[in-house]
Amino acid sequence: MTFLMPSAAIDPIHQFQVSKWLELNIGGVDLSFTNASGFMLLGVVLTIAFFGVAASKGLLVPSRLQSMAEIGYGFVADMVRGAAGEEGLKFFPFVFTLFFFIFFANMIGMVPYAFTTTSHIIVTGALALLVISIVIGYGFYKNGLKFLKLFAPSGAPWPIYIILIPIEIISFVARPLTLSLRLFANMLAGHIMLKLFAGFAVVGLTAGGIGYLVAPLAFGMGVALNALELLVAGLQAYVFAILTCVYINDALHPSH
Amino acid sequence: MLIALLAEGAAHGHTPDDAPPAFPPFETWHMPGQLFWLVILFTTLYLAMSRWILPKLSDTLEKRSDRIASDLDQAARLNDQATEAQQALELRVAQARNKARETSEKASEKMEAEMAAETARVDAEIAKKLEAADARIATLRSNAMTNVEQIAIDTAEAMTARFGLKASAGDLKSAVSAAMEKK
Repeated sequence: MTFLMPSAAIDPIHQFQVSKWLELNIGGVDLSFTNASGFMLLGVVLTIAFFGVAASKGLLVPSRLQSMAEIGYGFVADMVRGAAGEEGLKFFPFVFTLFFFIFFANMIGMVPYAFTTTSHIIVTGALALLVISIVIGYGFYKNGLKFLKLFAPSGAPWPIYIILIPIEIISFVARPLTLSLRLFANMLAGHIMLKLFAGFAVVGLTAGGIGYLVAPLAFGMGVALNALELLVAGLQAYVFAILTCVYINDALHPSH
Repeated sequence: MLIALLAEGAAHGHTPDDAPPAFPPFETWHMPGQLFWLVILFTTLYLAMSRWILPKLSDTLEKRSDRIASDLDQAARLNDQATEAQQALELRVAQARNKARETSEKASEKMEAEMAAETARVDAEIAKKLEAADARIATLRSNAMTNVEQIAIDTAEAMTARFGLKASAGDLKSAVSAAMEKK
């Protein structure tokens, strides 16, 4: 079994390893440009390039590329308008950026050997905290202390509030957690599954015997999972963006 | 067996001299760097989107909807014009038809009048000719009667002469006249 020496090829966790590409140390803090940063940069560059090229001509009758960009625009605009109303359109650029940042990161992650930036809790956590900070900041800026009505929905008899307010507070505090964990766990689990089944196929072939039976099954599973993960990649970007809109709606209209 | 192999693989993913194999997303050494680059890149993307791409896209979409609206307006205007033109045309056709009817009525009236006049003229002419003919017939008859009287007188004279008598012209004439009157 020594020829099966576990290696990067079948280690399902290896794909999440961060490695330094450029050493950078500022004031004793390690700010190295890593593979994670590299693929994040790739995502941002691709997003800007795609939309830059697609939007540059501004044709009256759009080309295919321009159509795609316009569909993306309409999709996010409708999402914001639907969840947070016309007032929510103030945050349209933010939600648009957020959606396509995550979408491109997830999609790049689907390419074999690519690094999935959204599979790191620090990235998804930072994005979720950014969203919640904006919600809290704008909520207090716009509504003042009335923003706290968010925790006390009107119309309930007062004894209910004793239970209701803590529940509302807990659910609000849980938001950044669930928001970040959902994306992080989905990407992480999906990619581990992909790697596992791909690994099964490889190991099955090299092991021989019953492995010859397992390998095709595992390979088929891998193909099916790839399709599923493509769906999840798009869906999780959408979920993150739509929940952002829902939370922004709370900041705009805290008293429901 | 396979699972055991993979688990082993996961456990020994790193060479022993590596740092203890922590779960990469929970390693802390890369977190400041990740945050740092996330802030830079997300801000860059946000600025690119909000300052450049989204205004451009919304501009394009707005221009298109304006253009469609104005095209629709123009189409409606042209449609109105076409309807107006059609109404005007129908009006003119109706007027022309009325005029044609009037003209044809006038023409037929005129023709009837002409025909009546012509008929009257011809009738008058015919009447005149008839009169002339009547007059001539009357003359011819009276001439004929005169001749008959003369013949009767001559005959009477000859007859009286045969009888060896002699009658005056006046007696003969009056006798003949009386005889003719009696008849």
